[in-house]
Amino acid sequence: MRPFHYSRADNASAAIAAQQAQASIDKNEPSVFSRSQYLAGGTNLMDLMRIDVMRPENVTDINGLSRTPSGNIQLGSKGLWLGAMARMAEAADHPDVKQAYPVIAQSLMLAASAQIRNMASLGGNVLQRTRCSYFRDTSYTACNKRNPGAGCAAMDGVNRMHAILGVSDQCIATYAGDFAHALIALEAVVDIAGPNGSRTIPFAKLHKAPGDTPHIETTLQPGELITAFVVPPAPFAKRSLYLKVRDRESYEFALASAAVALDMDGDTVREARIALGGVSALPWRARTAEEAIKGQTLTDGVLQAAANTAYAESKPRGDNKFKVELGRQTLMRALREAAAMEI
Amino acid sequence: MNSSPSQKSGASRRTFLASTMVSTMTLTLLERQRADAATPPLTKDTAREPLRVTLRINGRDQQLALDIRTSLLDALREHAGLTGTKKGCDQGQCGACTVLVDGKRHLSCLTLAAAAEGRDITTIEGLSSADGTLHPMQQAFIDHDAFQCGYCTPGQIMSAIGCVNEGHAGSDAEIREYMSGNLCRCAAYPNIVDAVNDAKTKMQKA
Repeated sequence: MRPFHYSRADNASAAIAAQQAQASIDKNEPSVFSRSQYLAGGTNLMDLMRIDVMRPENVTDINGLSRTPSGNIQLGSKGLWLGAMARMAEAADHPDVKQAYPVIAQSLMLAASAQIRNMASLGGNVLQRTRCSYFRDTSYTACNKRNPGAGCAAMDGVNRMHAILGVSDQCIATYAGDFAHALIALEAVVDIAGPNGSRTIPFAKLHKAPGDTPHIETTLQPGELITAFVVPPAPFAKRSLYLKVRDRESYEFALASAAVALDMDGDTVREARIALGGVSALPWRARTAEEAIKGQTLTDGVLQAAANTAYAESKPRGDNKFKVELGRQTLMRALREAAAMEI
Repeated sequence: MNSSPSQKSGASRRTFLASTMVSTMTLTLLERQRADAATPPLTKDTAREPLRVTLRINGRDQQLALDIRTSLLDALREHAGLTGTKKGCDQGQCGACTVLVDGKRHLSCLTLAAAAEGRDITTIEGLSSADGTLHPMQQAFIDHDAFQCGYCTPGQIMSAIGCVNEGHAGSDAEIREYMSGNLCRCAAYPNIVDAVNDAKTKMQKA
């Protein structure tokens, strides 16, 4: 690990000031490359610093923000407030989250291990970097995410775990998180504090598709800090679940997953929200599949049509061809289970 | 937090949040601050001077001089002399380094030692009573033969205590799920589940 400068902050403005004071914010650098990084749980940053993939010169420890509203989880009339410094385990075990937004609790509980869920913050969780093995192995120069313009070793390499949706010819790395798919399905918003003040954006606007610039993963500017997520109340939130299919039953990333939320009128779907994980380059909402089941009863034919349209744009590449059918089956099963939920 | 850092680095640490300087890239800034505080001019050597960190380990404050990059795991093993906590993968995948931080299980390999300042750290060495009586979880691991080589065992035991305290040891299936962050290459898993079940009852009575 390379040497770095360490500081601590107890609130968002002190954290932002600390990063600015260190005078290394380059306005042209995407935040994930920024020479200044925030340290929360450290489960991703410390790992990536140790393997020399991330090389910040300045690290601002923001764990003190746990004692601000950013550490809180609260259900109110405006929906669910999830402070960015709340830990994954706190949200996964929270009775209100489990009851009112089961897809959120499940997406967190099915992720990582108990230790990591105790450490990792919600804000850090959505910003976790891909587990693409070529991105993580600095002996490969060909990684457009790590070395912009250097090519992509995964394209014709070992790519069984790689994405088939939202990919580009520059990068097929999978977005590894689970929680983000629940947030995008439920149309959450993100509160962001930064050197130029605070702003709130739809969660769907936080991540960027790889396109020609896979090294730019989010719309966060250097020095910006996620302070909270707000999930609005919705008639479909309660009938929701997260189904995760993987190589081993626990402590593993998804091969395919589905975050689904249904508002039912008897057997008919009044409204649906669907997001797909383990298969996509960024948090991925499947709007065409939502449309395909809206106003329908969930017969085998309707489910198949929804699954087909959800994966219609798939771009499998070699080893990950199986994800198309696995993804379809995962979505169909998730929808069947959600429709059968007793709420 | 420790309030008596070394004479040389004290002023800059206090004036610059709780910061320490190890990167030579930022020498100028530190130099200016130290000049303000009328401390001797900075040399390259002092920029790499270890950071004084006070860690509360098993109820006892220990002042350690650490490179800022030191993980809590290395601080425990190499600096505090507590080698019970084991280094397996050193990248958060195996759970051998599990310790309790403020009562919750954490991976010490992915924790920066400096970030653990002010927290209560419990390691395997801190479990037994003063008279040498083992923690119920330690005794249960022995009684149920819940290990072979024993390398993962300190992490398993710390994680199992966390599992019970967090209320996630309700059934065999729940124990397996909530202990999935601790790998055992000897595959003592069935006996570990038995040990957790046994100790759970005793911990609840205690």
